[in-house]
Amino acid sequence: MSNQPSYVIGVDVGGTFTDVFFLDEANGQCSVAKVPSTKFDQSEGFLAGIRSGVTDLTKVATVVHGTTVGTNALLERKGAKTGIITNSGFRDTLEMRRRDRPRTWGLWGQFDPVVPRDRRLEVQERTLADGTIHTEVNIDEVKAQSHVLLDMGAQSVAVVFINAYANPTNEMAALAAVREIWPNDHVVASHEILPEIREFERTSTTTLNAYLQPTVGSYLHRLDTALRNDGFGGEVLIVQSNGGVMSLETAGKRPIRTALSGPAAGVIASTHIAKSAGFPNVITCDMGGTSFDVSLVARGQSTLAAQTAVDFGLVIRTPMIEMTTIGAGGGSIAWVDRGGLLQIGPESAGSDPGPVCYGQGNDLPTVTDANLLLGRINAERPIGGKLDRLDVETTKTAIAKHVGEPLDLDPMAAAEAIIRVANSRMAGAIRLVSIERGHNPGDFAVMPFGGGGALHAGALIKDVGLKSALVPRYPGVTSALGCTIADMRHDFVQTLNSLLDDLDLDQLTTQFANLAGQGDALLNDTSVSFVDRKTWFELDMSYLGQTHTVDVPLFLSEDFNINRDQISAAFEARYKSVFGNPLSGIPVRVVNLRVSVIGVRPNFDLHLLAPDDEGTIDAAVRGTRPVWVDGGWTEATIYERLHLPVGAEIKGPAVLEQPDTTIFVEPDLVGKVDEFGNLVISRKGDD
Amino acid sequence: MIDPVTLAVINGRLEQIADEMDATLFRSAFNPIIAEAHDASHGLYDAGTGATLIQGKSGLPVFVGAMSFAVKLVIDKAAMDGDLGPGDTYIFNDPYEGGTHLSDFKLVRPFYRNGAIFCFLASVGHWHDVGGNVPGNYNPVATESFQEGMLIPPVKLIEGGTFRQDIVDILQANSRLPGSLYGDLNGQINALDLGEQRLQDLLNEYGDEQVKAALTELQNRAAQLMRSNILELPDGTFVCDDWLDNDGIVDEPLKIALDLTIRNDRMTLDFSRTSLACAGPVNISRSTAVASIYVALKHVFTDVPANAGVLEPIDIVIPKNTLLSVGAPKPVGGYTETILRIIDVVFGAIAQAAPERSNGCAYGTINALSLAGHRRNGKRWVMFSFFGGGHGGHPEGDGLNHGNAPISTATIPPAEILEAAYPMFFRSWALRADSGGPGRHRGGLGALYEIELLEEDADVFLFGERGRFAPQGIAGGNAGALNRFQYEQPDGLHEPPMKSKMVGIKINRGQHLRLETPGGGGYGAARERDPAAVAEDVRLGYVTTGAAKTDYSVVVDNDGQLDTKATEALRVSGGT
Repeated sequence: MSNQPSYVIGVDVGGTFTDVFFLDEANGQCSVAKVPSTKFDQSEGFLAGIRSGVTDLTKVATVVHGTTVGTNALLERKGAKTGIITNSGFRDTLEMRRRDRPRTWGLWGQFDPVVPRDRRLEVQERTLADGTIHTEVNIDEVKAQSHVLLDMGAQSVAVVFINAYANPTNEMAALAAVREIWPNDHVVASHEILPEIREFERTSTTTLNAYLQPTVGSYLHRLDTALRNDGFGGEVLIVQSNGGVMSLETAGKRPIRTALSGPAAGVIASTHIAKSAGFPNVITCDMGGTSFDVSLVARGQSTLAAQTAVDFGLVIRTPMIEMTTIGAGGGSIAWVDRGGLLQIGPESAGSDPGPVCYGQGNDLPTVTDANLLLGRINAERPIGGKLDRLDVETTKTAIAKHVGEPLDLDPMAAAEAIIRVANSRMAGAIRLVSIERGHNPGDFAVMPFGGGGALHAGALIKDVGLKSALVPRYPGVTSALGCTIADMRHDFVQTLNSLLDDLDLDQLTTQFANLAGQGDALLNDTSVSFVDRKTWFELDMSYLGQTHTVDVPLFLSEDFNINRDQISAAFEARYKSVFGNPLSGIPVRVVNLRVSVIGVRPNFDLHLLAPDDEGTIDAAVRGTRPVWVDGGWTEATIYERLHLPVGAEIKGPAVLEQPDTTIFVEPDLVGKVDEFGNLVISRKGDD
Repeated sequence: MIDPVTLAVINGRLEQIADEMDATLFRSAFNPIIAEAHDASHGLYDAGTGATLIQGKSGLPVFVGAMSFAVKLVIDKAAMDGDLGPGDTYIFNDPYEGGTHLSDFKLVRPFYRNGAIFCFLASVGHWHDVGGNVPGNYNPVATESFQEGMLIPPVKLIEGGTFRQDIVDILQANSRLPGSLYGDLNGQINALDLGEQRLQDLLNEYGDEQVKAALTELQNRAAQLMRSNILELPDGTFVCDDWLDNDGIVDEPLKIALDLTIRNDRMTLDFSRTSLACAGPVNISRSTAVASIYVALKHVFTDVPANAGVLEPIDIVIPKNTLLSVGAPKPVGGYTETILRIIDVVFGAIAQAAPERSNGCAYGTINALSLAGHRRNGKRWVMFSFFGGGHGGHPEGDGLNHGNAPISTATIPPAEILEAAYPMFFRSWALRADSGGPGRHRGGLGALYEIELLEEDADVFLFGERGRFAPQGIAGGNAGALNRFQYEQPDGLHEPPMKSKMVGIKINRGQHLRLETPGGGGYGAARERDPAAVAEDVRLGYVTTGAAKTDYSVVVDNDGQLDTKATEALRVSGGT
């Protein structure tokens, strides 16, 4: 018997279920588990999930976790009591934002900052934009204000001084003074989190980090302790919004990087599955209860966005996988506005009370209800196994009342209308990330993961003009799978704000070398083994006078050198690819430098997920069922999806059922099971 | 008649086309007023009337109404010349027929299908500099448009697909920033090209007739929705007047007066009692006035789609001799202040009919502040920015602190960006206590910005308003604080004689400027505000203890501790 720990376990905690993916590296076996999430303390569901697959935790080498603890704390405003210490004259930066409003039309917006004004305190200090210290920081005052915050019950504190990106000396001194007094580790300064120009974005990101530190930190600590009490001797890694993983320790200090942890893991897995299946270009879509998230993967690479707002004014500026979200999920409510136009969302019934068909008290029709009435969802076999059956008659009444009557349509036509409008909204989101970014949709496949998307994938192919749809074998556990294969990644930024002609190249070299070294040290600090390491260097650049920058990848020599002409050429090439013709005669500005250090983790062979050789198409048939398509009933064949063998070809109309999703193959489409067990849906006669 | 489902689908596709045109220009524009402040707009317009069919959601709200006038101007011009054809694109900035001010350049292109014009596509963007006496074109003392910039009537920029470089040469020769102008112009052409291509795709997919039917139906539904909104308001005439401080030339207040009459499902907005055309640049053209009425109504009736149908049940009366309907060469550079006041009186009049549909006035001035000097190396620098203020209290709660103006969706540049670019720094960038109009729902707070100069001398220009007439509350709510601007001289702080308008005052190194912007007007009587909410405002420093007592009749100590007994006594006695 070998005691060498061999399991790598991915855990994705969602709102309803906790998904776990087990990979035993010793024998290449893998398996999945799904247990209910535990809302109050997610770590309980987390541990139950792991124990459902591995009883002896000494066999576990690595646990990789995609978490929504941070995201939820932000959305529900349930972070810690936080304080801010800033320089005089600027206590309101967080609340004043960038002088915006929530909606273009209507002036009834409000904003509630996560740190109220009385916990935002000022001290004498001023650093100027060129780094000059105008006023030394008054350390006694910093200490006094720290005590004031502690007396008010603050658990964490953010220190943010104007222009600290240009010279952090005062901020560092203040940070040290606060740390002397503060009873815990939840103290953070803006130069540590985001040494980048723009005070609101830096203040918001730093403050939200402090706001999450106690919550996320204690959650991770509970997880780690519980695992170790059961004999676990490996390492816990946390998925970041940028799609890479970080150590548990880093995550505790930088919880802001987990804001999109869960969805990012899904995109990582999708990228790997799609690449293996021969689809380097995919648009992933995750249809949940309230939203539909899409993300574009081109040539095997997902795109990163520099910042996001999780709600009005809650701005986070750290690199994260770019995701476009629209309010069209399964629980999104269909309604007719006063002008007689059919609308979907943004109101949602979520998963509780959920769609009308759940029979839990909601009587407003949702997208899921329409799918049920059209026969695309099996009323006797609800996804997830929480309910026994779905209520078709009540659903029909709700659709008739709220959509059919106002539009003068019979209930079936009304249900079809709901799906058509929902599909067109999803198609709009896909156009936004593809056509609007200059990509040809004909080169892309849509890849639904999560439970809901596969019902709509076929319609999306036709609506947007995509090549095909790729439905992974286990859509419901895609994010958990993504955890197990994500690389370790650390991103750094530093504002330079200099004309290219004035840039100190020796200093640039030093800065690049330092940050690359810091990243390497973080990789060395873990017990995780990497098959490769990569370091990427970039500058954010623009022409003088422009406010939008372009990210310019650089290729440095081994000793981190680069000359001005090389930078200039790299900028022009990048500018050309983003905006068209570069402009001559205008000085070029270097705003930020960026370094990304990546530890590449081994990928596993997706053939492991493929169906065995024993199944046949005939054996997978469960019968037939009428499905409503284009104004009438059609008899569709129903298949047990997981029993279909490699190579099986399923002509529409067909419904493929499996425990975590339902796939609808429309009459003019055909689905094929590829060598990994994925289902590839395309137009009939298109192959 | 088009089926309702196809209608919803086509509507989404059309909106996406306009949104994508907006995004294209924002990304590639050279000047920050377009790239950051989104002072631009795109849409589709009726082939015969120029009426707005579809408008992007991310552009500047005031353009939504103004662009139909711009397109109509091109339709009339082309009919007169009789030579409009495929591949033509007009360019112009005439503010009298086409709306807004000289800085906004409009590009209008006919969209042909099968030899006939299906609709027009248009793009408008605020260029960085279009000549005139003042860099950036906010000239508070202009008495003729010639002092504000070049005026270009509709001319063909592209003729039968051929780009006319001579037109661009004329434009560039008249700007202090020809490179920026060229970049923005190209961005606008790219946006039109893209819109054209997307619209061709859509028509090929759904057929011209079906899309045409959808466009007609969307107008009808907007009109229907607007009528049903008006029908819910009580019949009657509702009067609301407000004032501009002055026109920057003559220091006399100017009245913006509205008599709003509701009869069944129609509404008449009569501005006849408004002051006559003035000497300075706060005049506007009729098209600008109509555009701002559209913005005001859209802020109140948010569920009505943004197309010309909104104005179908609206009658507008603006006599030609008022400052709301001027022609060339009256100066119109400060149009933002006047249209903000139009929006305020519409909110005020609707509040009298139905307070639950309206809100207190927002801060009501853009405060265009510029600071210009020469660096030690002799290089000229110009800092130019607009500043924020409070939004009005509303039926659902207190007004937003430090919001943007109702006519725009622009964000403010970060202090650090301004400090990195210019020899100055902010001593303060903070909320302004007691600036929100007292009310059951308090107006949002304005801001206090204090700027200190770090190098030799600089000239200061300000174009603002609300220095003498504060943003009004509604439904018994009180006004927000006045705008207040001060500049330092060796003998102390001074205020400009015209209050919020000033040209070319010098300040020296180490001296500072202080701009305190208005908060929003309150909603509902201040005495109806929950004393606990007032105490919380005191604790957070939004309201001082003194103001709590005088404005709200609430007794609170400096720590925000409410004295319930004293408050009750004060509220009962009805005094302070």
